[in-house]
Amino acid sequence: MVQQRDTATFGMWMFLLTEIMFFGGLFTSYLVYRHSYYTAFVEGSQKMNILLGAVNTAVLICSSLSMAMGVRAAQMGNKKLMVILLLITIVFGFGFLGIKGVEYHEHWENHEFPGPNFHFETGDPAHPATDPMHTEIYFGLYWVMTGLHALHMIIGIGLVTWLVLAGMRGAFSPVYYSPVENVGLYWHFVDLVWIYLFPLLYLISHKHS
Amino acid sequence: MWKNFPLFPERASALAGQVDGLYFFLIAVSAFFTVLIFLTIFVFAVKYRRENNPHPTQIEGSLPLELTWTLIPLGICMIFFAWGSLIYFQEGRSPKGAMEVYAVGKQWMWKFEHETGQREINQLHVPIDRDVKMIMSSQDVIHSFFVPAFRIKADVLPGRYTSTWFHPTKLGTYHLFCAEYCGTQHSGMIGEVVVMDPSAYQAWLVAGGSAGALSESGQQVFQQMGCATCHRSDTQGRGPNLAGLFGKQVTLDDGRTVLADENYIRESILNPAAKVTAGFKPIMPTYQGQISEETLSEVVSYIKSLSQPQPNTRSTKEAAETGNRE
Amino acid sequence: MATAVQPVVERENYLNSNYGIKSWLLTTDHKRIALLYLMSITAMFWLGGFFAMMIRLELLTPAGDLLTSDTYNKMFTMHGITMVFFFLIPSVPAVIGNFVIPLMVGAKDLAFPKLNLASWYIYMVGACLALWGFLFGGVDTGWTFYTPFSTSYSNTHVVSVAVGIFVVGFSSIFTGLNFIVTIHRMRAPGLTWNRLPLFCWSNYAASLIMVLGTPVIAITLLLVAFERLFHIGVFNPQLGGDPLLFQHLFWFYSHPAVYIMILPGMGVISEVVTCFSRKRAFGYEFVALASIAIAVLGFLVWAHHMFVAGISMYAALVFSLLSYFVAIPSAVKVFNWTATMYKGSVRYETPMLYAWGFIGLFTMGGLTGVFLASLGVDVHVTDTYFVVAHFHYVMVGGMVLAYMAGLHFWWPKITGKMYPEAPAKLSALLVFVGFNLTFFPQFILGYMGMPRRYHAYPPEFQVLNVLSSAGASVLAVGYVLPMIYFLWSLRYGKPAGPNPWNAVGLEWMTPSPPPTYNFDETPVVTWEAYDYEHQPQEEITVGH
Repeated sequence: MVQQRDTATFGMWMFLLTEIMFFGGLFTSYLVYRHSYYTAFVEGSQKMNILLGAVNTAVLICSSLSMAMGVRAAQMGNKKLMVILLLITIVFGFGFLGIKGVEYHEHWENHEFPGPNFHFETGDPAHPATDPMHTEIYFGLYWVMTGLHALHMIIGIGLVTWLVLAGMRGAFSPVYYSPVENVGLYWHFVDLVWIYLFPLLYLISHKHS
Repeated sequence: MWKNFPLFPERASALAGQVDGLYFFLIAVSAFFTVLIFLTIFVFAVKYRRENNPHPTQIEGSLPLELTWTLIPLGICMIFFAWGSLIYFQEGRSPKGAMEVYAVGKQWMWKFEHETGQREINQLHVPIDRDVKMIMSSQDVIHSFFVPAFRIKADVLPGRYTSTWFHPTKLGTYHLFCAEYCGTQHSGMIGEVVVMDPSAYQAWLVAGGSAGALSESGQQVFQQMGCATCHRSDTQGRGPNLAGLFGKQVTLDDGRTVLADENYIRESILNPAAKVTAGFKPIMPTYQGQISEETLSEVVSYIKSLSQPQPNTRSTKEAAETGNRE
Repeated sequence: MATAVQPVVERENYLNSNYGIKSWLLTTDHKRIALLYLMSITAMFWLGGFFAMMIRLELLTPAGDLLTSDTYNKMFTMHGITMVFFFLIPSVPAVIGNFVIPLMVGAKDLAFPKLNLASWYIYMVGACLALWGFLFGGVDTGWTFYTPFSTSYSNTHVVSVAVGIFVVGFSSIFTGLNFIVTIHRMRAPGLTWNRLPLFCWSNYAASLIMVLGTPVIAITLLLVAFERLFHIGVFNPQLGGDPLLFQHLFWFYSHPAVYIMILPGMGVISEVVTCFSRKRAFGYEFVALASIAIAVLGFLVWAHHMFVAGISMYAALVFSLLSYFVAIPSAVKVFNWTATMYKGSVRYETPMLYAWGFIGLFTMGGLTGVFLASLGVDVHVTDTYFVVAHFHYVMVGGMVLAYMAGLHFWWPKITGKMYPEAPAKLSALLVFVGFNLTFFPQFILGYMGMPRRYHAYPPEFQVLNVLSSAGASVLAVGYVLPMIYFLWSLRYGKPAGPNPWNAVGLEWMTPSPPPTYNFDETPVVTWEAYDYEHQPQEEITVGH
């Protein structure tokens, strides 16, 4: 059984390695373009809502906390506590998605979605957009990176929901809780991706006006 | 050689012989090792077949052998690496004073513009024994300029200039192929390079009846499109003075320094905000979509001419000839 | 170890333990899943072969007179995509690896049997998506999908095919994940890393690449799809993007991918050469470490596909140097296999014939890779038929021959029957001759200057093209014959015992076909790998 538990965890770590490579391609593209078209990217990132982004970061960190506590509860055999903590995690997850939805709506309304309807304005009449063509690429990468991240969040919420249902049926015990542990690993990883996304997309070169 | 069953194209450039030399060396070494392996396997298979050798001798391995057959191939590879790199560096650095030809690849044809103004489609006339530098861009997708007889190839990209050069050493007409898949008529994007002796080339130039040197056309565009309004030849303009700019290092407003090469000029016209010269405001409008590749090369040629010893007092053809005699 | 006496009543094995389509489609038995994969990739192989046939028929004449240009462009694109993503990458791992690795390590199954089944379903979904794209208009971007042609100019089903490849990539990732965990965690007692069969080492190395590399092509193709759908502009210069970024991202996976393809095949060769020389592997540690070295170095050479693409000369220099380094471990393996035959007791059965073919042709293919690493020569021959010949030598002359060697070697274990030896030897000969006739002329064509992906070509290239097409027809016969005799053997083949080749290895210590749970008891390994010294002399079984 120990071998099976270790094996499953090993498998999840391997899978997370693949996810690093997956997001890695996007991070590489972002960094390459940011280096080449610095001004355009800085102007794009000025339009990010730092407050909402920061709140979302806090939400995700709290969700990772409740997730980790849920794993601990499973390990201790405390079914009720585990279910509550996992439900809290799900609530935080939906909270993240909701706030992200608000941000997406705002960007959409501002025509900050690449394609024929893209139209970028810095919002500061004194400083018109210097390079809107490359700011469009900034936004393209923004939507793809955060969109894929959100997709992973949705999958994560699905997985935690499954844990809740299985947990309520008594599937887990101190002897068998590796699914909880491994979903926890996945959840922490998705959180970690956001911890990188937030500074890269929102924070660096953000001027406070 | 072997006209009926050719194994390699004609050698029509200074480089071709060197490339062939390395190629033959590679063939020789490869043939040696291939025959060695084939023969060894054959000999072992026969000599140690079951009927002959029913009881095998177990051998774990041999460190000396492993080192030998690791280090010797590595050493040989380093010879290939050095030789190949030398040729590549030669190819990558065009000599000063080379005659320049602008090329535009588009689905599915080649358009050439000589500095003297001649335009050609799918055919490129060049004089023998002169360095010729191709400055190329694409109007649409990636193409590749390939002349087997010269042993050169360079991809032709949209949004950027790439270049290659050659020194023709043999009169004749040689295939020009597009070597990067570009859609329906990729295999139809074929042309020819015609190498002529100097007097025939001169005659061809004269007969061509061009619209004037490329840089002169470029000067007209420079006026017509309003560039001269900001880029004046004094320090009063809202844009930098372009005289002497080409080939120099430029300091940008964010502190970086870049080389003012063809790509820099091109980018400055199509996306000026990407690199703003220090001390100037980012107010230059973009000409993306308003200027064709051919017109762009005219303007680039004009701006380059502003860095030559006596700009605009004699044709760039003469300037190039002077440069080449050095 | 005496060969088991065949019982009168057919003993229960993984094939007859359960009947019905559900027992196959919902199986988690790695052996059944291997057969599911066998069926799928064989079908894809013939599809890819059909596209190849169209190409070679068209190229019989210089003019583009058989197919329209657009159709021809779709043919070579779909040939490449089908063969690379849907045949070569899964072939040895998903068919032979799935079947044999748990047996080789003494386990009941892979680490994650359900994930294994999911892998196959994901493969099928990806294949269906790609096939949909093929059938309803095709795709004409070349298997390399270079931008901006693929994102902004092609009018074909780029998105469905790209998404199909994206999906099938996950099949590859999950298979690799399964292998890594299995080999780490499920080895029988006594089976230490340096007693592990080299087939496991090779698949382990390939799995590392599968797991780390595939996600990069996944995101790259996803970006291409998004660019087509939403005009994001990441790779399109007209929208501010960089087509070279696409090439870097694409080749970052697609170069290691070729090592995903070849490493498992090399693993097969290690098994076959040792068995049919009755000898332990010469330089076992060196062969094992060479596999890992190939996997690691393989990630560092991607831009050698871009020497004329517009990268800096200095970058080209670095990638050229590293490309020479990656050639060395492969050479080390070739020398070690050859040395394994020295003072052995060599047999000429079909798997060994294919192994010899592999060693010879892979050597030639690999050496021509050295030509391509050489910058000065590469400028002339890149994007010509020289490259086409090079990769077919390593992929077909190498990998497909290794796959055939493996199929023949483990066929008795998989089916309990011997294939007929005489037609098998004939096929091997036809494949070897047909292959060389098809692809050797292409080296010459390439140096002469014939570019690749050309629908029509100048007349001076015709003779060599005709030779090549002629060879292709011989090659095709060489592939059709095994289809026939393998099927024939299922019914009429000589029954095989547990160890018809008298080979050393845990997979040979269980009946043929194996029972569902593989071993009666978990074996305990007390011998070194390829311990032929202590293997009793037995007659081997040869199919008639």
